Amino acid sequence: MNPTSKPVKPGPNGQPVRPFVMPESFAGKLRVWRWLLLRRAVQLGVLLLFFATVRWGWTAAGRPVLSGNLSSSELFGLVPMADPFAVLQIMLTGHWPLQEVLLGAALILALYTALGGRVWCAWVCPVNMVTDLAAWLRRRLGINDLFRLSRNIRYTVLALTLILSVLTGVAAFEWISPISMLHRELIYGIELGWTAVLGVFLFDLFILRHGWCGHLCPLGAFYALVGKLALLRLQFDTPTCTHCGECARVCPEPQVLNLKEAAAAGMIASGECSNCGRCIGVCPEGTLEFNLRHLIKRPQQPETTEPRQRRAA
Amino acid sequence: MGMKTAISRRDFFTRMGQGAALAATGGLVWSYLLTQQARATPFAIRPPGALAEADFNATCIKCGQCVDACPYDTLKLATAASGIPIGTPYFIPRETPCYMCEDIPCVPVCPTGALDHALHDIDDARMGLAVIDIENCLSWQGLRCEICFRECPLQGQAISIEHHPRRVSKHAMFVPLVHSDACSGCGICEQACPTQKAAIRVLQPDLVQGQIGDHYRLGWTIDSPITQEFKADGEATGSAAPATGIDYLNEGSP
Repeated sequence: MNPTSKPVKPGPNGQPVRPFVMPESFAGKLRVWRWLLLRRAVQLGVLLLFFATVRWGWTAAGRPVLSGNLSSSELFGLVPMADPFAVLQIMLTGHWPLQEVLLGAALILALYTALGGRVWCAWVCPVNMVTDLAAWLRRRLGINDLFRLSRNIRYTVLALTLILSVLTGVAAFEWISPISMLHRELIYGIELGWTAVLGVFLFDLFILRHGWCGHLCPLGAFYALVGKLALLRLQFDTPTCTHCGECARVCPEPQVLNLKEAAAAGMIASGECSNCGRCIGVCPEGTLEFNLRHLIKRPQQPETTEPRQRRAA
Repeated sequence: MGMKTAISRRDFFTRMGQGAALAATGGLVWSYLLTQQARATPFAIRPPGALAEADFNATCIKCGQCVDACPYDTLKLATAASGIPIGTPYFIPRETPCYMCEDIPCVPVCPTGALDHALHDIDDARMGLAVIDIENCLSWQGLRCEICFRECPLQGQAISIEHHPRRVSKHAMFVPLVHSDACSGCGICEQACPTQKAAIRVLQPDLVQGQIGDHYRLGWTIDSPITQEFKADGEATGSAAPATGIDYLNEGSP
C-alpha cells in the first residue's frame, strides 16, 4: 500500500504518474466536486425559476421572473429565449415563426456559442441529472454494456429529426423529446411522461453507458456542432500531463480527451465536450482548467512528440 | 488510417447498408409515432386564436406561456395521458371553459404565432363549435332549462331560443339553437349544462359541420331579377322582376 514501495513509472513528460486520490478533508472533496456542485446548482436553479414563476407566481418589479419553459421562455417579461433546435425544426415544417421566438433562438445560440454548445447538456438539461444518476449507479454496480454503438449515431438522429420535420410537418424531436417531457412535468405536475424518462434511465443504466446523452440525443448532437465554435474551452497544459488517464475515466465523452489533439491545440477542441468540468477535479496535475479560446496559447512546438519518440526508441 | 484500409469494399457497402437500414427503420417508427399523435388532434379544443390544426401543430413550440398567462387556469399542456399531442395547450370545457377575457392574455405571449396575434376581439375566436344533442337536451324534452342560452357570453348571437309550439295538450318548447357564425367555442355552455353528461358540447367545427358545396344553389339567396319576387316587400334589392313568372296558375294572387 505504501506508494514508495511500488516502482513509479514516469509519464511521457518524465514526471511520475500519480493516481487521483480523493482528499480526506471535506474542503478537499468540495474542491474536487466544485464544478459538479455548481452544475447542479445551475440545473436546479433554472428549474426552480421556471417552477416558481408558474406555480408560485414569482415576480420581479411586477414582471414574471421566468415564464414558459426550456423550449421557449421570457425573462422578466422582456428577454425572449428559445431553443434554437426547436425553432429550426418548426422552420423546416415550412412555417415562419414570429420574430420574438427567432430573436430568442438567436440569443440562446449566441450564449451557447460563447459558453460551449453542450454547456446546455451538462449545465441546464434536466435529463442530465437522470443520466448522471444512471452512470453513477452503473459504476457502483459494475454493469457492462449490452452492445456497442457508435457515438456518431447522434448525428444520424439529428439528420433524421430534420428530415422528418420536413416530411411529417411537425417538429419531429419536440414531439417525442424526453427532455421536454421531464421538464414540463417537473413544472406542471407529474403525469405519464416519467415513463419516457424512466426509459432513458434504464437504457443508460442497463444497456449502454451514457447511452442517451452520449449516443442518441439529437439536441446534444446539435449543440456539439454549435460547440465547435465555442469560446469557453478546457485548456490543456501539455507539459504537466502524465497521461495518467484519470480524466478519461470520469469523462462522459472520453473520445474528446484525445491527448494528442489536445496537446496540439492546447485545449479540448471537440464540440462534444460538454464543459462539465469533471476532469478538472480529478486531474492530479492540474493540467485541465477552463479558459477562453483566445487566451489559450498554442504550444510553440509539439512537445508530446518528443517523449513519444523517446519511448518508441 | 491503417484500420480504414483494412476494411474491404464489400464490408464498406455492407456497413453503409446496415446504417441506412437502421436509420430508415428508426425513421419509420418515429414518423409513425408522429402521425399517430397528429391524428389525435381533432379532439383538442385549442386556445383562442389557434391556427388551423396542421399549422398549429407545426408552429406550437410547447412552451406553455399561454398556460401561464391564462388567469382562470383553463389552459393545460397535454401530457402523454391526455390523448392529445404531448406538450400542446388545450382545455376541457366541461371542467374549465374559456371565459373569453377581453384582453385575450394568452395570445400575445405566444412566441411563435401558433396563436394568431391578429386576434384582437375575443368574439372572433373560433376555439370550437357548440353542438346540441337534442335527444338529451332538457329544453328539447319540453323542460324550461335554457341554461346554456343564459350562460352564453354571446347570448342571442351564438345561442338563441326558438319557440316550438306543440299540440294543444302540451305547452310549447323553448329550444336552444347554436349559430356557427357567432359561436366562439368558449364552452361556458358545456360547463353549465345540468345533465349528467353535457348535452351541449364544444367540438372542432370540422368534426360536425357539413358543407353544401357548389353543386347546390339556394336560388332564393341569389340576387337575380328572378329571385326578387320571393322577397318580402321592401327587401328587394335588385331591379324589380319582370312579370315573367305569372301565368294562369297564380294570376291575380296577392
